Amino acid sequence: MKHITTIVLATITLITLAFTQHNGGVYKTNTGNISFFSRTPIEDIAAENHKVKTAFSSVNGKLQFSVLIKDFEFEKALMQEHFNENYMESTKYPKATFNGIIEDINIVEVSKNGTYTSKVSGKLTIKNVTKEVSATATFSVKGDIVNAKAVFNVNPSDYNVKIPRAVINKISDNIKISIDADYTHQH
Amino acid sequence: MNRIFLFFMLVSILTSNAFSQDLDLLDDGEPRTNYTTATFKTNRVVNGHSIETVAKREFDFKISHRFGFVNGGVYNLFGLDQATIRMGGDFGITDNLNIGIGRSNEAKTYDGFVKYKFLKQSTGTKKVPISAAWISHIGVTTQRWTRPDRENLFSSRLHYTHQLLIARKMTDGLSLQLSPTLVHKNLVDSAARTNDILSIGIGVRQKITNRISINGEYFYVLPNQLELDKAKSLSLGFDIETGGHVFQLFFTNAAAPFEKGFITDTKAKWLDGDIRFGFNIARMFNF
Repeated sequence: MKHITTIVLATITLITLAFTQHNGGVYKTNTGNISFFSRTPIEDIAAENHKVKTAFSSVNGKLQFSVLIKDFEFEKALMQEHFNENYMESTKYPKATFNGIIEDINIVEVSKNGTYTSKVSGKLTIKNVTKEVSATATFSVKGDIVNAKAVFNVNPSDYNVKIPRAVINKISDNIKISIDADYTHQH
Repeated sequence: MNRIFLFFMLVSILTSNAFSQDLDLLDDGEPRTNYTTATFKTNRVVNGHSIETVAKREFDFKISHRFGFVNGGVYNLFGLDQATIRMGGDFGITDNLNIGIGRSNEAKTYDGFVKYKFLKQSTGTKKVPISAAWISHIGVTTQRWTRPDRENLFSSRLHYTHQLLIARKMTDGLSLQLSPTLVHKNLVDSAARTNDILSIGIGVRQKITNRISINGEYFYVLPNQLELDKAKSLSLGFDIETGGHVFQLFFTNAAAPFEKGFITDTKAKWLDGDIRFGFNIARMFNF
């Protein structure tokens, strides 16, 4: 009988734990920022997206991004049109996604103000092409908000982005992508 | 004991479900409106305006060129010896409100217009099946009077064109446009002629690659309005886009690169082989 009580108590604890982890560990935002920068001697091209959806779990380190291509804003309207129409084909491939993991999630103490760094790795999908990427991310905890920053580079040709020969000198094959998101704790 | 075991199993399944839920941390999010972009490559179908406007503080410089008749033969190098030209530009006051000016050597005409896009095709929360714009042109011919001895009024030099542009991007590649058009000429050749001419423009654009499309444009003029020697304008061509430039290369029977001219003054007929080669070059500048 003693055994049974222990088992029941243990299961109840497990359930409680599972639910707390699920509800307590998720950090989210719908207004994350992603910008990219292409530098060549001829032209610099930059764009920003302020409507990035992203979330992570402080329990298991799972990290996700969902980015609508149409939400990238350029200084020149024509560039934005060409980006969507010619390069990213955003009606056909409206989203870019990232599914990965914060590898050292255990050192990121979400309940304690401070700055922590961890390697982040996972699958980046652009134009239906999925590649493994990794970067070092900085997490700054301040109260209920966790800010995450990371920078990494991609080569457009890896993701089926075709660049015509006429403009090949204007678009870098090493585009810098910067991420800056303020996550809030989901209660 | 068995029952407890089952209970434990059930709980394990439940908890694992709870865990698997955060496999997808992101929800679909709130619904949004997606506006259709790039119904046409540039703000002209061929001769006439397309639904597209230039963005705020952008200036689209345009050189429009129509050569002589291709059937002029080698003597006129297939029409390249002659040319009708318009130089002008469209400027974006806002993303939807454009103004433009131009000057053509056809009857030494200066023209200006105001274009306002008041409806945008969209999907999502706000569903709008079409885009629509209004455009009003004014033209001034500045050729010397053919009869300087008569009393000639400045107002006789003026003509106006008003158009409603209705367009729909049917698929990613195919766009259609209808443009009901009213041309008003202050001066006509004889009292038997009407000052107001009603027509409807039909524009089609089909993409072949991301940067090249085939365009067609026809202006149907309602019967009994044009002189017998006049024809309706039909144009077929390509849009080729290279970064900041759009090249439009086409064949047309119309000579004048402004609305009143190509809708009401076209004389050449395709069936007679009186076709011209023409091009528009557009270059975008930012301010």
